[in-house]
Amino acid sequence: MTMELLVASAIAVLTAAGVYLVLRGRTFPVVLGLAFLSYAINLFLFAMGRLVINRPPIYDKAAEAYTDPLPQALVLTAIVIAFGMTAFVVVLALRTFLETGTDQVDGRDDGESRP
Amino acid sequence: MTPYVSYLVVAAVILPTVMGSITLLALRHRLGVSRVVSIASCAALVAIAAALTVHASGGTTESYALGNWRAPFGIVLVLDRLSAMMLLLTAVLALAVMAYSVLTGVDRKGWHFHPLFQFQLLGLNGAFLTGDLFNLFVFFEVLLIASYGLLLHGQGPARLKAGVQYVVINLVGSTLFLVGVGLLYGVTGTLNMADMAVRVAAASAGDQGLIAAAALVLTVVFALKAALVPLHFWLPGAYGATTAAVAALFAIMTKVGAYSIIRTSTLIFGEDAGPLAFLAGDWMLPAALITTAIGFLGLFAARTLREMAAWSVVGSMGVLLSAVAVFRVEAMGPALYYVLHSTLAGAALFLIVDMIAKRRGEHGDALTVSPRFCQSELLSGLFFLAAIGVTGLPPLSGFIGKLLILVGVRAAPGAVWIWATILITTLIGVLAFARAGSRIFWKSASVDGEVPVRALRGRTGGVVVAAGLLAALAALTVMGGPVTDYTGATAAQLFDPQQYIAAVMGETSGGRR
Repeated sequence: MTMELLVASAIAVLTAAGVYLVLRGRTFPVVLGLAFLSYAINLFLFAMGRLVINRPPIYDKAAEAYTDPLPQALVLTAIVIAFGMTAFVVVLALRTFLETGTDQVDGRDDGESRP
Repeated sequence: MTPYVSYLVVAAVILPTVMGSITLLALRHRLGVSRVVSIASCAALVAIAAALTVHASGGTTESYALGNWRAPFGIVLVLDRLSAMMLLLTAVLALAVMAYSVLTGVDRKGWHFHPLFQFQLLGLNGAFLTGDLFNLFVFFEVLLIASYGLLLHGQGPARLKAGVQYVVINLVGSTLFLVGVGLLYGVTGTLNMADMAVRVAAASAGDQGLIAAAALVLTVVFALKAALVPLHFWLPGAYGATTAAVAALFAIMTKVGAYSIIRTSTLIFGEDAGPLAFLAGDWMLPAALITTAIGFLGLFAARTLREMAAWSVVGSMGVLLSAVAVFRVEAMGPALYYVLHSTLAGAALFLIVDMIAKRRGEHGDALTVSPRFCQSELLSGLFFLAAIGVTGLPPLSGFIGKLLILVGVRAAPGAVWIWATILITTLIGVLAFARAGSRIFWKSASVDGEVPVRALRGRTGGVVVAAGLLAALAALTVMGGPVTDYTGATAAQLFDPQQYIAAVMGETSGGRR
């Protein structure tokens, strides 16, 4: 029971932090927020295979039961995609800042001098 | 399944992958060869999609098990009438847009246009063909990542600003997609859509709340792609800021959202799902009607022709989704016909607006009175035809589409609202386009002088491509009978998911009925 509570609250805290940061005005907090959201989702997907401990995901002679290997594969895919997208969005945000002189997601002038 | 069909199904995904990789790795600095490869790939996709559509029109659902791993353990590609039709539409649109890009030299404006274009097609074709929910997510990501690159093609401050918003909102959308997929996997234990349909139909009462939540989360994600109000804010900015050729290709992107809504609602959350049947419809119908109204009202708010074209995409998605949201077989056929029409009409409008903007010099596509410009008569004619198509006046196919939708929803609850919204917004659309056209062409005719003619790449080529798209609208009108027969049969097939399930899960790998 404690493990479920811990995992569930971890997902909740990560999601809350992610949603808060995504709603910020500047691109850097938004990028961090997207990262937090993807961590939350990775944990969530992992938990969808049910929480079990000390069980192998693939064939093992000594094993009596297995844990679900599919969510692990999904999480792997999701991590790769999220990683690539984070890198892309960081570069895009930097490029936009250098070219337009504003760091606001909505493109408004943020009152700072151009770099 | 006859072998050649299975090769063709998988070729629709493999071909753009291979061509994209070749143009990226081997032909990086050889634009001429890249163009030949890219156009050849698009032409081959048209041929493949046409052959698949002919095959699918027979009514069989074909399932191709990748690596010969049987469903539900392996991943399947499934070809039915709807996927075949969407493949053909994508291929035709891609060929036209690619021809326009090459003729007007859009692909010179930045790096990697051709590889990104091919990967975009890979994502689109994969999304239309896959029979696996997680794979749908992966193909969504592929097409989105390619679309980020295409959206930013040519760069410039306005494009970058719009790009940041587009990327961020789509990343949040992808996160929600995973929530929906994860929930459904947690409850049903499968990701194969056919298998999932069986398990959702057999779900216990305790699980139905979770399934309903997952269904609605997925609908929100797809509605975001389809630019359904209140999730439409990204579209006018993104489509208005990007290159016209890319915006024309993106006319199919909103339809991916609509396709996913149609596919999941009829297959997984269809009539067999008991209390979960067509759950999203109650929310979608009002949202779609508001989308229609906002889209056509946005035409008046637009300051440039490009923004008008973007708002007309929002409006047409509203019309399309109001017909989808009643979830009736007699309204689904017309809705699919309208998908064909609105994609081609929207793309044609984007290309024509781009040609007008390029010829008006510093006036660009702003709704201002300017001196006459070169080819002004010809372009005014094309603009007139495209406006007729987009707003849905006779004689082009938009009229038939809207008329059939009105007839199709007649028996549905809320039909009065749909009728009123579609008819009033059509009038608004006509007024808005009449205003824009008279300001840019008619009033400009009395202004002295002429915009100096600049050297313009592909002056006739671009016109030919746009005229070709308009000719496709005319063909949709003339061939209205056979096309509506096909879309009607598609709708009937969609509302009989057992056939799809049997084809995917059946013992015989061929999956014939």
